[in-house]
Amino acid sequence: MIKVLKAGFYTTLQDSGRFGFRGYGVPVSGAMDSYSSQFANALLGNHEQAAVLEMTMVGGTFQFTAPTLIVISGALMEPHLNNEPISQNAITAVAPNDILSFGKTSVGFRTYLAIKGGFVSEKRLNSQSQYSTITASSTIKNNDILKYASFSQEFQESNASVKYEDSILVNASLEAYKGPEFDGLSEHQKRDLLNGTLKVSKLNNRMAYQLEPLIPNDLIPILTAPVLPGTVQLTPQGHLIVLMRDCQTTGGYPRVLQLTERSINSLSQKTVGNTLKIRLKE
Amino acid sequence: MEYKLRYSQYNERSILIEWPAIIDENILESILNFKKKVSKNCIKQIVDIIHTYNSILIIYDLTIENINDRFIELKALLKRQSEATAMTSNHWEIPVCYDDEFGTDLEAFSIEKKMPKAEIIERHTKDSYTVFFIGFLPGFLYLGGLDTKLHLDRKKTPNLDVKKGAVGIGGQQTGIYPQDSPGGWHIIGQTPVELFNAAYDSPCPIQAGDILKFVPIKKQTYFDIESQIARATFQLKPIAPND
Repeated sequence: MIKVLKAGFYTTLQDSGRFGFRGYGVPVSGAMDSYSSQFANALLGNHEQAAVLEMTMVGGTFQFTAPTLIVISGALMEPHLNNEPISQNAITAVAPNDILSFGKTSVGFRTYLAIKGGFVSEKRLNSQSQYSTITASSTIKNNDILKYASFSQEFQESNASVKYEDSILVNASLEAYKGPEFDGLSEHQKRDLLNGTLKVSKLNNRMAYQLEPLIPNDLIPILTAPVLPGTVQLTPQGHLIVLMRDCQTTGGYPRVLQLTERSINSLSQKTVGNTLKIRLKE
Repeated sequence: MEYKLRYSQYNERSILIEWPAIIDENILESILNFKKKVSKNCIKQIVDIIHTYNSILIIYDLTIENINDRFIELKALLKRQSEATAMTSNHWEIPVCYDDEFGTDLEAFSIEKKMPKAEIIERHTKDSYTVFFIGFLPGFLYLGGLDTKLHLDRKKTPNLDVKKGAVGIGGQQTGIYPQDSPGGWHIIGQTPVELFNAAYDSPCPIQAGDILKFVPIKKQTYFDIESQIARATFQLKPIAPND
């Protein structure tokens, strides 16, 4: 198991998501940057649904009690094992009493720690992803104990060479489909949305990212309608809200764009002040 | 009744189908019928279906390769009459305590609407409500059928700490908060009944298409039910129509 010596700024356990319950209003959740979490799992030969730790902005410090293999992927948070720097996107063997520590991110915003066989925790509504009111706790806290599958056999490293595309961390160009209410925008508003430079506001978390500047509009309000992670809403006050993995299942604001899956991953690695451009995917 | 529907691709893995943008029980029935057919016939390819007043969003397991094939498949399914069976809907009675202790905005609501509290409660409990869909929060029911005399715009400043079970009015809607949450609705009462429990595979007892009524209860009954729920000896049961 792992003893959490320091939890970090905002750390949660995430698998690939809570599917099958959105009809009950339950958010899908899952790793914000599914590319990085799946990359880490794949390198270990894990199932792509295996639960990983998602660390945000500042990583934690963890002590292992049993031998295993780990992979770190996503944002660069200076991972160290027993005070020695270790590589990301590569398999690292850990031994009992080893201490894995992270600092503050230098590139990107979310780092994933995957472990051989995945983290073990109670499934609620068929998923391990932490979410308040669904799972017993909503984040990882200091002194928590994290369990993982026991590992003893020799690990056959995959011969397939896969390279981590670190452009996901810095890529400032997002791709989007037209949303159901896109055509209600004026030409001027479309230009602001698609040619303008947008900035991530301080209001950004696992539920939504708000982007600046305001886009004044007179879009007609809609009847509450389905939304997904990546749905870009435009409020009557002109706020652009990009819904993320923990978003509600329905919403009443006009849906002007829908980000591609890849662009949701890319946005998940951005933080306050980062600038972006959105272009339409035909 | 036949409606003119709009089919569109929403993202790599999902398709949005829209009915005319009105709140209408016939549209609800059409949507629920279609949803039933889709979940029965495409169960392996679909991970989630979200429906609202006039939309269905179908989320597939894998990236959609040929969108037109999917549209044709869905349109054929919609037309298939044989499976359009009558919808089964449950009727529920939701006990609500309207005492000031729970209905924290009832006094202000009464003043603003120039309507005595007893009349507000009478109007809120006399009619049945139809459950259109679940959204906003896990287990939050979108209900249709609020007495027009009880319509009142949401509060200017949301309350940051609305209690689980709080029964409120916001605009033309009434509803029950399934968990503690910030919210802008006027709180007129509270139910001890649980509308969402993540410990169960079927976390919501009440489904879209069901009918519910609010039944006023005394404070003592509220606490009795609350303690029964704590001991897991209370179960919300549907009642037969016209019972």
